[in-house]
Amino acid sequence: MPSLGKKRWTYLVLFLGLLLLVLIPFRWFLGQYTVLAIFIGIYAMVTVGLCLLMGYTGQASLGQAAYFGIGAYTSAILSKTYDVNPWLAMLAAAVATGIIAYAIGYPIFRLRGNYLAMATLGLGLIVYVLFRELNQYTGGPDGMGGIPPLSIGGLSFNTPFKIYYLVWVFCLAVLFLSQNIVKSRVGRALRAINGSEAAAESVGINISQFKIKVFILSAVYASLAGSLFVHHMRFVSPSPFDVMASVMLVVMAVVGGLASIWGAIFGTAAVRILSDEVLLRFGNWDIIAYGLILIVVMVFTPQGLFVGLKDAYERWKASHVRAHLE
Amino acid sequence: MSWEQFVQYLMTGLTAGCIYALVGLGFTIVYAVTGIINFAQGEFVMLGGMISYELAVSAGMPLWPAVLLSVLIAAAVGALLYVLGIRPARKASLVSLIIITIGASILIRGVAGELWGKNPVRPPAFSGEEALQILGARIQPQAIWIIGATFVIMIILHVFFAYTMMGKALKASSVSRLGAGLVGIDTRMMALAGFCLAAMLGGIAGVITAPLTTTSYSMGAMLGVKGFVAAAIGGFKSQLAAVVGGIAIGIIESFVVAANWGPFTSNYKDAIALIVLLVILLVRSGRIASEERAS
Repeated sequence: MPSLGKKRWTYLVLFLGLLLLVLIPFRWFLGQYTVLAIFIGIYAMVTVGLCLLMGYTGQASLGQAAYFGIGAYTSAILSKTYDVNPWLAMLAAAVATGIIAYAIGYPIFRLRGNYLAMATLGLGLIVYVLFRELNQYTGGPDGMGGIPPLSIGGLSFNTPFKIYYLVWVFCLAVLFLSQNIVKSRVGRALRAINGSEAAAESVGINISQFKIKVFILSAVYASLAGSLFVHHMRFVSPSPFDVMASVMLVVMAVVGGLASIWGAIFGTAAVRILSDEVLLRFGNWDIIAYGLILIVVMVFTPQGLFVGLKDAYERWKASHVRAHLE
Repeated sequence: MSWEQFVQYLMTGLTAGCIYALVGLGFTIVYAVTGIINFAQGEFVMLGGMISYELAVSAGMPLWPAVLLSVLIAAAVGALLYVLGIRPARKASLVSLIIITIGASILIRGVAGELWGKNPVRPPAFSGEEALQILGARIQPQAIWIIGATFVIMIILHVFFAYTMMGKALKASSVSRLGAGLVGIDTRMMALAGFCLAAMLGGIAGVITAPLTTTSYSMGAMLGVKGFVAAAIGGFKSQLAAVVGGIAIGIIESFVVAANWGPFTSNYKDAIALIVLLVILLVRSGRIASEERAS
């Protein structure tokens, strides 16, 4: 349809996407998937941070579930045990996570080589042990319940219907913020680093500073998602924050695509739907499936599945146009 | 702490440290030849132990052939990982290659869990279970096997890298892949050999340690982290540093647990390796920064 410009098409797609998002939780539409959609929103916040991290720093984190968990437990403990306002607890959790990420990222990003994945894997293993063993604060392996919901004024987010909108407002805010960062001066610096570190450094970009910032940002996203997660579940236990959870987040990011923001939603949704609706029936084979997905996607589309498919489509379209012209 | 206790904790630490050292050696070899940190390194230890149990106990094979075969199978899995995962993706970025090894690691773990179940198993010890009295401490003969094997492997590796054609070729490709290629060394073959050798070291670590500590499908991740820390001490370049580092981590862990001080009860002993890693990274990044200022 040539009468519509490319820009108009973008707005149309955006409008339809938003309409879909708004309508999902209604019972006559896709209401039975509201809880699934809540989880997709929560995990997409973590995944987008991981996509930025892997795409722009060239390093992977195997500890995102740890940050997710630190956010979750900090929110849970502050708001339940110490009666802190949940919003304040959420903020405190994000700040604490950011500080931990800085402590780990500061030495790592000044070094060459891939230390981040292993350091964050180590962190993930330890944090999981802490959640399990610090019985008097965390409730140990059985977890703790009775966590208050988030609320604004008189509006309490205590049903999936309401939580859905809260989560997706957060998720979209995170996505638009990331989009702006990528398009801003910081984003240009990051892309320059991605192209050539030496060239970026020679024009005065402090590479390690930028990389640390991306890492902290990804940790804070994970922490916010963790806070939303516990105020939605109203219960917290160590199992969603183990190392396998971190690996699953990497699977989501890899399916979505490195350095890709909107791909993160696609990757998260694809993996969550695959795991909740399909792999659940195959018992422990899910781990094997994730391993295979990671290997196969990275071997055939090293930039991630979503980005790889997009590139393939654009190549196909270009060749199609060329054939048409000839 | 009495003298006997001191020797006891020292030997416990030394035994654990030898295993970290063997895993660390695997990391340095793969890193040297390919520039990749192989996240599946810990899984080869698990494979060695689990397969030796399956062969020696479930299938009733004699112990030594079972041990030998387990090591060979672990090496074969290492070769497969290179041929199926790493080589087809050689144009990919480093982060993609690392994600492939992460995928391989959970794939191996998942398959092991499906094939052999999730309970810990314990293959028979090499020379009986009767504890020996050494310097007043009670030491399992298997611990002597572990320490002895690690030192023999160190010597063999040294001879291999210093005096054999294959070893020299591997060393050359670790110094410069391009240069090694120019003088006619098949660097792809060397990468395959590096993966094979590293997996073999992991397999050996697995078969010698499983009779002492038991083994289970999920043990690879933590061992991988500790071996990585051992290798990081030498910046993935020095094999000697990896061995000394591994043994040091084992001994520090053992004594910190023995001291039972503050938060470091045995539940948190695994945190020590992470603290050591952060200290190494801080020290190394500080040194690099000062070198940059000087130049």
